[in-house]
Amino acid sequence: MDTIPYTTEVHPETGLYNGKLGVWIFLASEVMLFGALFSTFVFLRVGADDWQGMQTQAALNLPIGTINTFVLITSSITVVLSWASLIEKDFSKFRRYFGATVALALLFLIFKSVEYYQKFSHEAYPENNNFLAVYFTLTGLHALHVIGGIVVIGYLLGPGAKMWHTEPERYTNRIEVTGLYWHFVDLVWIFLFPTLYLM
Amino acid sequence: MPIEKHGHDHPKLSWWRTYVFATDHKTIGIQYGLTAMFFMFFGFGLMLLMRWQLAYSGKPVPLLGRLFGEDSAFFPDGIVMPEMYNQLGAMHGTIMVFMAIVPIVVGAFGNYMVPLQIGAPDRAFPRLNMARYWCYLVGGVIMLASFFAPGGAASSGWTSYAPLSVIATSGQTYWLIGMIGLITSSLLGGINFIVTIIQLRAKGLTFMRLPFFVWTQFVTAFLLVLAFPPLEAAAVLQLMDRLFDTSYFLPSGLVISGEILNVAGGGSALLWQHLFWFLAHPEVYVLILPPFGIVAEVIANNTRRPLWGYRSMVYSLVFLGFMSFVVWAHHMYLTGMGTALSAFFQTTTMIISIPSVVILTALVISLWGASIRFTVPMLFALAFLPMFAIGGLTGLPLGLNMPDIALHDTYYVIGHFHYVVAPGSTFGIFAGLYYWFPKITGRKMNETLGKLHFWPTLLFMNCVFMPMMIQGFAGVSRRLYDGGASYAHAQDVLYLNKFMTHSAFGLAFVQLFFIVNLFWSMKYGAKVSRNPWDGTSLEWAAPSPPLPHVNFESLPVAHRGPYEYSVPGENEDFTPQFQADKES
Repeated sequence: MDTIPYTTEVHPETGLYNGKLGVWIFLASEVMLFGALFSTFVFLRVGADDWQGMQTQAALNLPIGTINTFVLITSSITVVLSWASLIEKDFSKFRRYFGATVALALLFLIFKSVEYYQKFSHEAYPENNNFLAVYFTLTGLHALHVIGGIVVIGYLLGPGAKMWHTEPERYTNRIEVTGLYWHFVDLVWIFLFPTLYLM
Repeated sequence: MPIEKHGHDHPKLSWWRTYVFATDHKTIGIQYGLTAMFFMFFGFGLMLLMRWQLAYSGKPVPLLGRLFGEDSAFFPDGIVMPEMYNQLGAMHGTIMVFMAIVPIVVGAFGNYMVPLQIGAPDRAFPRLNMARYWCYLVGGVIMLASFFAPGGAASSGWTSYAPLSVIATSGQTYWLIGMIGLITSSLLGGINFIVTIIQLRAKGLTFMRLPFFVWTQFVTAFLLVLAFPPLEAAAVLQLMDRLFDTSYFLPSGLVISGEILNVAGGGSALLWQHLFWFLAHPEVYVLILPPFGIVAEVIANNTRRPLWGYRSMVYSLVFLGFMSFVVWAHHMYLTGMGTALSAFFQTTTMIISIPSVVILTALVISLWGASIRFTVPMLFALAFLPMFAIGGLTGLPLGLNMPDIALHDTYYVIGHFHYVVAPGSTFGIFAGLYYWFPKITGRKMNETLGKLHFWPTLLFMNCVFMPMMIQGFAGVSRRLYDGGASYAHAQDVLYLNKFMTHSAFGLAFVQLFFIVNLFWSMKYGAKVSRNPWDGTSLEWAAPSPPLPHVNFESLPVAHRGPYEYSVPGENEDFTPQFQADKES
């Protein structure tokens, strides 16, 4: 595989290395995935004679949702700082920031679980009405993306970190594309939060 | 800077890494080809059972009856029961579209030929490429396993229209999970293709010097990346409906078997159709664009002249890809979505026919006045043109919403899209296989067996699909278990059922020539040099078969466009892209 060009160096015409372009295109497909789900929500809500979700929507836990928004935004900042630390060749600073990102992601999931637990204990299940169905599907799929991010970040912090000593440039690139993905996960939540909690 | 190291210095990989968990795009391409060809023949087999039932309703299928015995719920003594017929229909469509044609044109041909044609050592992400094949295989196996589910395989058609599919037996859940595997595979492949074509083109190979086949793969990859996620979303929603009792696709007050279904309701069956067709219409172009590319390559090579209007073909292709995202609801004229929407989608549908006609016309004009070499790949490519034209032109009445009222869901529709996909895409696939077989194996396929394969295939294809148009005009609906025997208006065209069935079995029989030729030629075919067809694009610079993992002895450089045939003043009638300019 060492013969494939532009795995670490940038292509002179596009200014990108392969991985970065790949992640951008992957994110484009993710936009279509979440776009279809958001459209579903709009389609069902606009088309409904009697939107049963109003009261349920008001019953969502707004404080937890707000805190979680800030948790994710903060994690987006730490992931950039971790990449910036690698550019400065400061590996221990990188580990602190990258570790903070994964900790914040876990914190987000804990808050989310509390919220789910509250819903279930009030017998609010996806089958109750279409608002709850959308709520659980969208937040559930988003949570899966967060878990995916935690797995990747965990790998890069743990066994994957060896690469820093052998191929520092390539490792920095990996952190960058992980960061791109993580920003996207954050961005999805930025759209989810007002759509589900505020509108 | 690309690394200038082209190794014969690779450590020898273990058997598992070489043949099973391979990262070499060529091995993966062959894995894809063989797997998809198996699925294709399996899907063809399902269709033969259906055709048997349509011609000999209620009679046991010969030979198979003994295999299943009288205890079989759906297939007692080899008699196709109605539930069985529905499963066959749904699975035939699913297998052919998602597990056979797309994997062959993109997974096999795209994987194998694109890196060669752009002069790259491999795809941009070899391990992603491997993951992609395994997602596909797992998805495919789950699909096939659904035949053993209680209640049998999915039986709501390949479109899985809600609410029927939501209340169907557990085979549908297998279908959805299998689908998620297949979609993920296509997504990973699409990303890989785009990055490979943008980043790994050989030196000097600008976009307007790309062979048309690479262009078709490029546009196809965008369709895969952008159109598949909505179906993935739809599959997730339908899984929620089936497993967690939500009602995305279940309207309020839905009555099933005389009882109101006990769900929250408030969903919409139309929502499924919108999400499904938003994928499935671009999917149609995924089926046909790469065969366009193959046919263009074969035609340029065998007419010994440049493609006529290469640039306008490329622009049409890109426009086609873009437009394919805004025509999906022409599948839904009869759903009551409203006349305004119908008018919009009717307009876009008429617009999208223009670039297809441009491409097809350019290919036909390329033939004008050429001294054509009638090789086997060329025969298939030539037959592709009128066959696809029939498929395309019969689509126009369906794209206009007035005639569609009469023709919707009849055998006319079946005839139309099978002309596009069966003698269309499949002929493209055969052309590509006969054309590139020497590059893949280093041996040529047998010409005589090839012609024995081609002529009866062309004949039988038409005998199978042309009568469907006639039945469709008579108003025979698709998905009828008895082929219309119990309908008064179908009586005059019933005799065609036997004719089509016999032709289908004939079609199956003549494929034996192909299968024998394929395996015989792998071992005993005439050995060839690296450029047996006197081709011009970069794949002919590589040895046949190309070197493992690096393809070329040294990465080629493109000096000119892809179709420099019969250039005046040259000694040969072809000037390859990789041939350096003469010192003057």
